[in-house]
Amino acid sequence: MNKVETISTSARAPEGGSAPLLRARGLRLAFGLTEALRGVDLDCHAGEIIAVTGPSGSGKSTLLHVLAGVLVPDEGTVDYDTVRLTDLNETGRSRLRLDKFGFVFQYGQLLPDLTAVDNVTIPLLLAGVKRREARRRADSWLDRLGLAECSRKLPGQLSGGQAQRVAVARALATTPTMLFADEPTGSLDSLAAETVMLALTEAARDANTAVILTTHDPRTAAYADWEVVVRDGQITVGGAYR
Amino acid sequence: MDNTTTLLGLLGTGASYGYDLKGRYDRWFGLKKPLAFGQVYTTLTRLMRNGWIVAIGAEAGAGPERKRYGITPAGRARVLEWIFTPEVPSETLQSDLFAKTIIALLLGDDAGRLLDLQRSRHMARMRELTNEKRGAGLAVVLACDHALFHIEADLRWIDLTAARLSQLQAEVKK
Repeated sequence: MNKVETISTSARAPEGGSAPLLRARGLRLAFGLTEALRGVDLDCHAGEIIAVTGPSGSGKSTLLHVLAGVLVPDEGTVDYDTVRLTDLNETGRSRLRLDKFGFVFQYGQLLPDLTAVDNVTIPLLLAGVKRREARRRADSWLDRLGLAECSRKLPGQLSGGQAQRVAVARALATTPTMLFADEPTGSLDSLAAETVMLALTEAARDANTAVILTTHDPRTAAYADWEVVVRDGQITVGGAYR
Repeated sequence: MDNTTTLLGLLGTGASYGYDLKGRYDRWFGLKKPLAFGQVYTTLTRLMRNGWIVAIGAEAGAGPERKRYGITPAGRARVLEWIFTPEVPSETLQSDLFAKTIIALLLGDDAGRLLDLQRSRHMARMRELTNEKRGAGLAVVLACDHALFHIEADLRWIDLTAARLSQLQAEVKK
């Protein structure tokens, strides 16, 4: 019997034939006897927002960390633009992460003794921006994310949603070409999650920054352009919806 | 729930008398309301008219003549089309999706794939609703939220069923 194909669940249509900004092929990674990734292929184009979803323990966070060059796969390749990320040593990967990538984590992970604006200033200083200019840019990002009144507050004085938006500002301040977000709304209630996702996606689109985020929340995933579902270390769904 | 195609799907697992077919239907789908005999035979007549099943021999006896019914290739194609066409999200979705899952498992087809297809359809609708919320007034935002939470409930069922698929498969084979 012929199967009836109604929606493609396999490879996405390429974006106007352009080369992907990030290209992963055949990723495999095991922790002891546990195979976290079992042959993953993924493309991410410039400015695209991708949600990686799946059950707990499915491998989605591991995948994010491999794509971002934090973890090194046992097999397979990750290419960022013209650079083979998986061939770089730790120093090379650190440099690439600092120059090109931004990160947002579930609990924000702001430095607790620094104000919001100082937290956003730090990556700019590390990238070599002069202090005065770094401060100006940090203020501008906080303003853009609706946090102007919070800029002098310490992380402990911020709500969960505000802290997470500061983390978004910190991640985008260096205008990375790729933003990796691991469960960015995982610790937030529905309303705060919505505020963070609106801020994150609009700011990323304005900056033409590609985003790969992991989430177990379908409402968070719905802010992305498309979704890939990871089950047992493999991508089972990934379609073109735009 | 689409009783007609569900019955057709059950016939896809093997030829059956109307009486036996009703028993199999009731086992899976008739917990709250068993199928009436009259409805079984009306449906079988309609399925024959559409060329999706044929009568394959009759058994004469003291009572009324008993016919066995078997699915045709066109009937099998119809069942596959039904299984792999995602439903528009609605409050009646769950029973249809449940029926499709059971029939796919009974036929030894890929129930995981149909759940993935439906998940994709749901996520596409969630993206549309999320985009509608951007810059909209509060009334529209709340209406979209209402729809989003309902679709999310379906998605949770889909994910849980996907996680329990091998268990369900073993049960269906009993």
